Amino acid sequence: MLRFLLRRVGLVIPTFVAVTFLSFLLIHLVPGDPIEVRAGERGIDPQRLALLRHEYGLDQPLWKQFLRYEGQVASGDLGVSVVTREPVWNEFTTLFPATLELATCAILFAILVGIPLGVIAAVKRGSAYDYGLMGLSVTGASMPIFWWGLMAILIFSVALGWTPVSGRISDQFYVEQWSGFMLIDAWYSDDKGAFASAVSHLILPTIVLGTVPLATIARMTRSAMLEVLSEDYIRTARAKGMAPRRVVVIHALRNALIPVVTVLGLQVGGLLGGAILTETIFAWPGVGHWLVESIQRRDYPVLQGGTLLIATLVILVNLSVDVAYGYLNPRIRR
Amino acid sequence: MSGVENIVTVPIAAEAPPGSLRLFWKAFAENRGAVGGLCVLVLLVLAAVFADVVAPHSPIEQFRDHFLTPPIWQAGGDPTFPLGTDDVGRDMLSRLIYGARLSLIIGFTVVTLSLTTGTVLGLTAAFAGGLIDITLMRLMDIILVFPSLLLAIVIVAILGPSLFNATFAVAVVLLPGYTRLARASALSELARDYVVATRSAGAGRFRLMFDTVLPNCMAPLIVQASLGFSGAILDAAALGFLGLGAQPPTPEWGTMLAGALQFYQRAWWVLTFPGLAILITVLAFNLVGDGLRDALDPKLRR
Amino acid sequence: MALLEIRNLAVEFATARGRFRAVEGIDIDVDESEVLCIVGESGSGKSVAMLAVMGLIAFPGRVTADVMRFGGTDLLGLSPRQRRHVVGKDIAMVFQEPMTSLNPCYPVGWQIGEALRVHRAVPRRKVRARVVQLLEQVGIPSPATRLRAFPHQLSGGMNQRVMIAMAIACNPRVLIADEPTTALDVTIQKQILDLLVALQREHRMALVLITHDMGVVAETAHRVQVMYAGQTVETQATDSLFAAPRHPYTAALLDALPERARGRARLPTIPGVVPGIDDRPSGCLFQPRCAFATPHCVAVRPALAEVPGGRSRCHYWLDDAGHPTGHDRAVAA
Repeated sequence: MLRFLLRRVGLVIPTFVAVTFLSFLLIHLVPGDPIEVRAGERGIDPQRLALLRHEYGLDQPLWKQFLRYEGQVASGDLGVSVVTREPVWNEFTTLFPATLELATCAILFAILVGIPLGVIAAVKRGSAYDYGLMGLSVTGASMPIFWWGLMAILIFSVALGWTPVSGRISDQFYVEQWSGFMLIDAWYSDDKGAFASAVSHLILPTIVLGTVPLATIARMTRSAMLEVLSEDYIRTARAKGMAPRRVVVIHALRNALIPVVTVLGLQVGGLLGGAILTETIFAWPGVGHWLVESIQRRDYPVLQGGTLLIATLVILVNLSVDVAYGYLNPRIRR
Repeated sequence: MSGVENIVTVPIAAEAPPGSLRLFWKAFAENRGAVGGLCVLVLLVLAAVFADVVAPHSPIEQFRDHFLTPPIWQAGGDPTFPLGTDDVGRDMLSRLIYGARLSLIIGFTVVTLSLTTGTVLGLTAAFAGGLIDITLMRLMDIILVFPSLLLAIVIVAILGPSLFNATFAVAVVLLPGYTRLARASALSELARDYVVATRSAGAGRFRLMFDTVLPNCMAPLIVQASLGFSGAILDAAALGFLGLGAQPPTPEWGTMLAGALQFYQRAWWVLTFPGLAILITVLAFNLVGDGLRDALDPKLRR
Repeated sequence: MALLEIRNLAVEFATARGRFRAVEGIDIDVDESEVLCIVGESGSGKSVAMLAVMGLIAFPGRVTADVMRFGGTDLLGLSPRQRRHVVGKDIAMVFQEPMTSLNPCYPVGWQIGEALRVHRAVPRRKVRARVVQLLEQVGIPSPATRLRAFPHQLSGGMNQRVMIAMAIACNPRVLIADEPTTALDVTIQKQILDLLVALQREHRMALVLITHDMGVVAETAHRVQVMYAGQTVETQATDSLFAAPRHPYTAALLDALPERARGRARLPTIPGVVPGIDDRPSGCLFQPRCAFATPHCVAVRPALAEVPGGRSRCHYWLDDAGHPTGHDRAVAA
């Protein structure tokens, strides 16, 4: 198992280096003079230009610049936002918990609803339930998230008034942010209504963001389940006199979940992409919204640093999924 | 006794095996969702091709007297604008129809670009092997590490927001899928006997690649392509929504939704119809793609 | 009264190409301590018949029988829950492919113990000891260390022993073994067969052994039932079957045994293939491949009739010399 782990980590390192190289190149590829891009200013006078060029190391050959960038990244210096003048790293760490909270709730929603739905569809294969579920699932996977979010707001917030329209919590509550997770912070705050407000603000974005993973997980679970249920060892379990529910939940499910877990890992990339759109619609103060704004405001250091951080995150998550897969599948574990 | 036959054979009624195209269509037609999707697609293509004839108005003409007209079935609706108008008086229906043309072109361009590039790269990787293979696959891995929308956004940030750049960005994002698929198919074909036979007959590499192996890899690639259409349309619309794709007044469905949130109270139709169009189109492509996959995969037939 | 009594068992599948009778008109009788071998080629329906007894035939298959009794209890009238108390406990089955018939996610000790736990055969705290005892009984060395092994860590022969341990865990009265050695190495085959026979004798179980190997039949069976294309074509005691087969198919099977080919240059084979769903012959199902077939065989389907030694489904059942009785003209094979 340890060897497996080390090998996986080893494979990841060149990818990581390549990713940092690409993000390093971003400043040079974007339209405009790299110095102006970094400084966020236009029409800098020649003296200041020369000063900045030296300060940013842009007078060095490219490979030296890259090494310098690598060093900076390793020490956590990812540049400074040209809009807020705050270090990119700080902004990221402030905003990321919001995205993490949303993404975590969305994926939990997708798993807790998707897997049972997929199992039931497989067990009741060919029934109206199965067709209905798969129909809903393919529809959910075909939805443009941004539109679905708008529709959800229209129906549930505006027409029905069940949920709030935007933000993480009502303005009337002030909550001390120490963990960054609104649910946790609101729970521990003195204001009793704060937690309920935080939850109600989380519901709609969670469902919207979680719809596509839900559809994918349900379909994947169903097809994995169908394959497993036709295996010989399921017949053996039935021949042992095991009840149908036991056969499904204990004998089949564990085997079916193995491919589903790999699919789960792939969802992370899509989740972050979906978060960009969801946060924009619900005015959710997370990194997705931050990145979109950075383009509109030509805040390229933020785009550069933010992209690198997110790509790193995806690499780490993929690694964890690989490890989890190795754990679940006894053939690799022993 | 005479006249008793001892060797008896029973005539077995044999049917001529149906042609493979007919078999395929039969399997495909079993899936009612896929057939429905196909019908929708045909309608869409017709609308897109004959947009000039079918659409009642020009998609970019602004009717100054008719800002935010509701659809025909609502109070205040106007028969000249069956689905209402947007905030600068443009007819929704016409914009949707021209938008169909745009979306189909986008989908087609993206899929053609990624499919051909990906197939060539994948086949090259499979045939060349060794360092070239590893390098190409690493490149694909790197593309895959970035969330697809984020990568598309970055590419558009570099190239500048426009419909063409958005199309290109989406094609890049979808590239790894085709490359890996082509490579995997080619690798499994390469291990087969008929390839070894052709090789020993002296066929050159290129000939081997395109004449012999490629036709047998087509099936999964076709399925991926039809599903790729839907991904392309969704991603391009997302870029449009963020203001990074087609720019107004181009009637791209995602772009139409870009500024629409502010109208959620006053003019729900500006919000609803473009997204509905995206949903129906993508759904149709997905259903057809699923139907294709089920029909082409012998394991799934009962 | 037989321990397992089955009359007129039929299994029908509704397929895309029409209704297919995989098994029809099967009668089975097994007594305690008896070894019954069911013999036939692939496609003869021997496995399907036993799966039907176990209740393992699912939609689109339909099982019908006039009688299906186990120890006096009518199996057909049982609810699924009641049936589950019998299947796996009093009637157990061992399958052909040991490598795929065990759940890859759970250790073998757990899988054997499950049968004990769910059927409450043994109090919880004694399950582990009993599992070790069972592993010992089936001849697995150092059983205590194997409890936590996974199926993929064990060889085919070991896995088959595990399956057998699992099947006998609750001391079943009938054990059905569906070609238990076909997927194993030749050297292991004999060991497994010997194990089955030893267990059968020790526990006084009824053993129904499904096989296509006449050699196995000769060594282990008390009685033999020969199946072809879903029907029983002959039943007899082993010795008399080998001495005087009463059905042309059985005779042909025996002729194809290498041990019986004395001095011949080529082994006789049976021309043709077992009929599938598309090509059911009219009249006798074996008639297209039978050397003795007459127009009467094509026209009329023979019934299973009493003959010296047992029963045979043939209009011209074979006499002690191997010639068809009542035949107008004997045809040289």
